[in-house]
Amino acid sequence: MTKAMMTPQEAAQRVQQSVNKRYAAERRFQLIGKLAIATALGFLVILMSTIVSKGVPGFFQHYIQLDVTLDAELLDPRGDASVDSLFDGNPRKVLQQAVYAETGASGRKGKKEAFKLVSSGAQDRLRAMILDNPNLLGTTQRIWFAVDDDVDSFLRGYIKRETPESDRRLSDRQIGFIDELQAQGKIEYQLSDYLFSGSASRNAEMAGVKGAVVGSILTLTITLLLAFPIGVATAVYLEEFAPKNRLTEIIEVNINNLAAVPSVVFGILGLAVFIGFFGFQRSLPLVGGFVLALMTLPTIIISSRAALKAVPPSIRDAALGMGASRVQVITHHVLPLAMPGMLTGTIIGMAQALGETAPLLMIGMVAFIVDTPTSFVDPGTVLPVQIFMWADFAERMYVAKTSAAILILLTFLIVMNALAVVLRKKFERRW
Amino acid sequence: MDLVVDPTTEKPEERAVQIEETVGNVHVDNPRMRAENVQVHYGDKHAIQNVTIDIGANEVVAFIGPSGCGKSTFLRCLNRMNDTIDICRVDGRIELDGKDIYDPSVDVVPLRARVGMVFQKPNPFPKSIYDNVAYGPRIHGLCDSKAELDEVVEQSLTKAGLWEEVKDRLDQPGTGLSGGQQQRLCIARAIAVSPEVILMDEPCSALDPIATAKIEELIHELSSQFTIVIVTHSMQQAARVSHRTAYFHLGRLVEVGPTKQIFTSPQHSLTQDYITGRFG
Repeated sequence: MTKAMMTPQEAAQRVQQSVNKRYAAERRFQLIGKLAIATALGFLVILMSTIVSKGVPGFFQHYIQLDVTLDAELLDPRGDASVDSLFDGNPRKVLQQAVYAETGASGRKGKKEAFKLVSSGAQDRLRAMILDNPNLLGTTQRIWFAVDDDVDSFLRGYIKRETPESDRRLSDRQIGFIDELQAQGKIEYQLSDYLFSGSASRNAEMAGVKGAVVGSILTLTITLLLAFPIGVATAVYLEEFAPKNRLTEIIEVNINNLAAVPSVVFGILGLAVFIGFFGFQRSLPLVGGFVLALMTLPTIIISSRAALKAVPPSIRDAALGMGASRVQVITHHVLPLAMPGMLTGTIIGMAQALGETAPLLMIGMVAFIVDTPTSFVDPGTVLPVQIFMWADFAERMYVAKTSAAILILLTFLIVMNALAVVLRKKFERRW
Repeated sequence: MDLVVDPTTEKPEERAVQIEETVGNVHVDNPRMRAENVQVHYGDKHAIQNVTIDIGANEVVAFIGPSGCGKSTFLRCLNRMNDTIDICRVDGRIELDGKDIYDPSVDVVPLRARVGMVFQKPNPFPKSIYDNVAYGPRIHGLCDSKAELDEVVEQSLTKAGLWEEVKDRLDQPGTGLSGGQQQRLCIARAIAVSPEVILMDEPCSALDPIATAKIEELIHELSSQFTIVIVTHSMQQAARVSHRTAYFHLGRLVEVGPTKQIFTSPQHSLTQDYITGRFG
């Protein structure tokens, strides 16, 4: 005998119980998801707030105001205001006079310590000013100069007054000068111009990202010029023309694998091939661009192929049915429709390349290069490598500068990613 | 002798039916296209077996049959659209005006200009209405001047019964039209290159009844100028628009005849079962 069937009331009751269970499970599932998102957001907030709070002070530094008498004889011994003449001149002396006058320093030791308050970059700045405007010679100007990084650290509170003088990087006398100048309002906390106009420097107060930013731009230009056309051409060929056989399968698998290869491996490859075999110089943005292009290619190829695959077959059929040749189908219809996806992939690949450090260390872009590169074959460095180097330096001021450089790098990355989003939205078409 | 077993029946042994030769007269007096012993293989699958049929000038031929019977496959052989499928192999002979279109010397680009195609799902290019119609003439270099091209576009849209509806918005995207309008745009695009034959692969299956009626009317009008081959799932549609009907079953052409005869007195039992709705 079979069991009697349950009554509708019984069934309804059981359904109700199971429904409650199901709802509870759903709520649990949602809760876990929300917790995961909250954790991720929490870490992001911590990360961003640390970088911003550390980085914003890096955009500022302390400047000292000096009344400088621009003595023509001392600065311009030949009297023609030419570059040579200015380099023969003695801006140091001029500055020393201004500093002694301002601080009232006397004695050999006192004068020496007083002069140390001003950044050693002040002389270059003075020379550059006169080169810009020779009419200033012979006048007295009120000029702001960066203070030495130790003074800056003191003013930011990293060097403590309480520390015994022997353990301090500033003497009591120097602190006395600083206090006095500050009381007169002659030391100010200003937006740092060195950060944007300076390059790598051992003097923290003179260090800036200009050289690295220019190096990054040069390197990425090479990367884009190589990786985009090669990547798109590869994707189009593999997706549209290549026969599906063992060989293309192997190529496909290898491209996917390359996308997962640690970037430092590309650096070793670049070192062996471009520098070892082809004999390029080290530290060149050109070679950096080659290496990053190799690294970016798989990303571009994979996203381009996805974009090509996403073009509906009906569009190809329509064009083929009209008697368009395969190349016409691709150039007239498929590529325009796939282009937003390809560009998005390319920009994301470029953003990856912009943030890459390891492969560039391998090809010597970590070298200490003070001059801003002016061409693709001028030794240079890039922003992330600059950050890497600064993070290594001992001076307290580099902490702020490092975080500021990270903020600049992040800004570039955000702009590039935003560009990708805008491009995708703008060129996205319906079909 | 092949035995074909219809999978839709409960007792296959009863429905095993001989399809040896196509019933009815496959030949016509003035053929535009002729297919002889066409075989199509998709890899190991024998999709089309031994199909022989003539398509007469200015005639509307309907291909009917249950899903998967090979009618669309055969249609796509007529302008070599199957070339794009790697595993597809076509044997036999298909002639257009007496010339084998699968001959190695035949270029597929001009062939497709002569044998146009309209697809199941309306597939206008994501370009303007004007550019959609002008695409064919442009790539084939049919027009020397802009004025001439304008003329072709207007004529094609007029013939497709779309001119009055779109003449004020030719620069707007073709994808913004309604489904029926899009399909008529696709027909306009196909006739803009003045083809000899137009292949239509279930052109109304994605459309509502009113749009379908318009397309059917259009097919009727176009038949005075073009040869039309239409694949359809709707037997009423086949009956309304076509002069001759061909019934396909499991990759074979079972019966060909004047449409009226196919629908009133089919000769083959499979045809009869299909049109009376016993399977399909």
